[in-house]
Amino acid sequence: MEILMAILVGILYTAGVYMLLRRSILKFIIGIIFLSNATNLLVFLSAGLIAGKPVFLGGEEGDSVAYADPLPQALVLTAVVIGLGIVVYLLAIKYRFFSETGSDDLDQLKPTESE
Amino acid sequence: MAIELTPILIPMLFMVLHLVIRKYRYIGIMAIAGSTILLASSILILVRVMKTGILTTVAGGWDAPFGISIVIDPMSALFLVISSLIVLAISVYALRFPEGKIYLPKFYFFFFTLIMGVNGAFITGDIFNLYVWFEVMLLSSFVLITLGFSKEQLKGGIKYMAINLIGSLLFLAGIGLFYGKTGTLNMAHLSEILMNDDQSLLINSSAMLFFLAFGIKAAIFPLYFWLPASYHTPDITVSSLFAGILTKVGIYAMIRFFTLFFVQDPLFWNEQLFIVAGFTMVMGGMAASAQYETRKILSYHIISQIGYMVFGLAIFTPLGIAGGIFFTLHNMIAKTNTFLVAGLINRMRGSFDLKEVGGLFKESPLLAVLFMIPALALAGIPPLSGFFAKVILIKAGFENGNYVITVIAILTGLLTLYSMIKIWNEAFLKSQPEAYKVKREKQAYTLGFADLFPAVLLATVTVLMGVFASDVFELTMKAAEYLMHPEIYIESVMGR
Repeated sequence: MEILMAILVGILYTAGVYMLLRRSILKFIIGIIFLSNATNLLVFLSAGLIAGKPVFLGGEEGDSVAYADPLPQALVLTAVVIGLGIVVYLLAIKYRFFSETGSDDLDQLKPTESE
Repeated sequence: MAIELTPILIPMLFMVLHLVIRKYRYIGIMAIAGSTILLASSILILVRVMKTGILTTVAGGWDAPFGISIVIDPMSALFLVISSLIVLAISVYALRFPEGKIYLPKFYFFFFTLIMGVNGAFITGDIFNLYVWFEVMLLSSFVLITLGFSKEQLKGGIKYMAINLIGSLLFLAGIGLFYGKTGTLNMAHLSEILMNDDQSLLINSSAMLFFLAFGIKAAIFPLYFWLPASYHTPDITVSSLFAGILTKVGIYAMIRFFTLFFVQDPLFWNEQLFIVAGFTMVMGGMAASAQYETRKILSYHIISQIGYMVFGLAIFTPLGIAGGIFFTLHNMIAKTNTFLVAGLINRMRGSFDLKEVGGLFKESPLLAVLFMIPALALAGIPPLSGFFAKVILIKAGFENGNYVITVIAILTGLLTLYSMIKIWNEAFLKSQPEAYKVKREKQAYTLGFADLFPAVLLATVTVLMGVFASDVFELTMKAAEYLMHPEIYIESVMGR
């Protein structure tokens, strides 16, 4: 299961980077979504996957495999919420950019450096 | 218990107040009151930390390492005081925010959110919590940089967002891997575990992710391109705030992480930090001298100065780190001040382009003095603060035997001097170019209290930091000694 998840994380990172390098702002936003989900999965995965076990200890203490670690889940939850906020803000900026320039093309941005 | 949380709670309170009270007459007074209270509480914290050592508390009543620790050591306290000083200056300066009635309430709201994020990052003792404060800071900076929605700002803002989002995702990935290896998020606990562990190869992979993430925030050599592409687009009030505080949070996090965690493989890291520091100094300095727009000169110059801060960390002796912290504190003040003066030049002449301005020395000698103080401090002319910061760094570099990089640091000082002299000659000494006189007549503007007070305040602090350099040095030395002995940090957090 870990191997599959690791491959999935890799695919998501690849897709995210590919999307980031496109010219369209919408694709850039989709790229950010891919990357943030890949990172969330990575955080979740790095603490180890323990299937079918409760989050809190029932009775026997000391056996670390007897329960699933709740902390990475809490971390991912926080990160997902932050990611949602960022995507909403990016979409708002994209809308604003579209109404200013009438285009979705990041090449419209080119001359900032040399202006 | 209470005082450790004030750096977060005060901005939060004023953030809410700005949401509720929207009368244009009150918001400015409210913001200035808020930042004054913040400054007072930061000074109180600094005094207490210097007297009794590290202050700690835990949020939610869970003991460390389970609860989120708030830890204020001398370095955090020094950063808190200096950033609150900048906050006070900016909150006054912002009264002249363009189209104030529309944007000022929003500006102050996100201003306080940003401060909350910055202060939270300075005082937290938990790496995931640090990530959350970074996000608070980033999101409000996104809003501030695009406030006004001009085409130019959208251009700069999207570049700024893209690279900074990647930085925080790398940071999060680093935290995940770090947690997977050690099973804890508390900084003191992590440091304790890593001290008794020799798997440096595994740790270096997450250390590299952290290095990249903080490097993007701090704008070090191969990762700095977002900064000059975006810092000149928003209103100058926002630029000065960012220039003074944001990149330095990256430096703070880097110093914290590389003194507390990644100390097992010092050869690898120090070499790398030296190379990065050298390139950052030189590239930033050279790019700054090629520019003709005040904000761009100053933006590239931020990068050059970041190099010195990384240099201080890379020397990795108490003197070197003390020099790095001294330099960062001096730079936060002086850099903000040069941006503020650039804004004043723009208000008087209607342009940031050095080719279009001139003759300001005759018209406003006070402004000339206000520019000269931070500019000479940045160039390192005695008896201002920058001179002592550089002397400490250079002494530490030679003592440690890092001759090449130290010589580079000395020579980069000349590049700084060159770009500062360029602004001085063009804006103040030469007479106003004929072709742009018309623009000037239209823009007749006299500098008022809100324009001058922030610059005077920061210039005074720059001079005082030079006059009382030995006292400031003692404070930074104490901070460096705490950083070089993580045991003290661990003991006071874990309560042993």
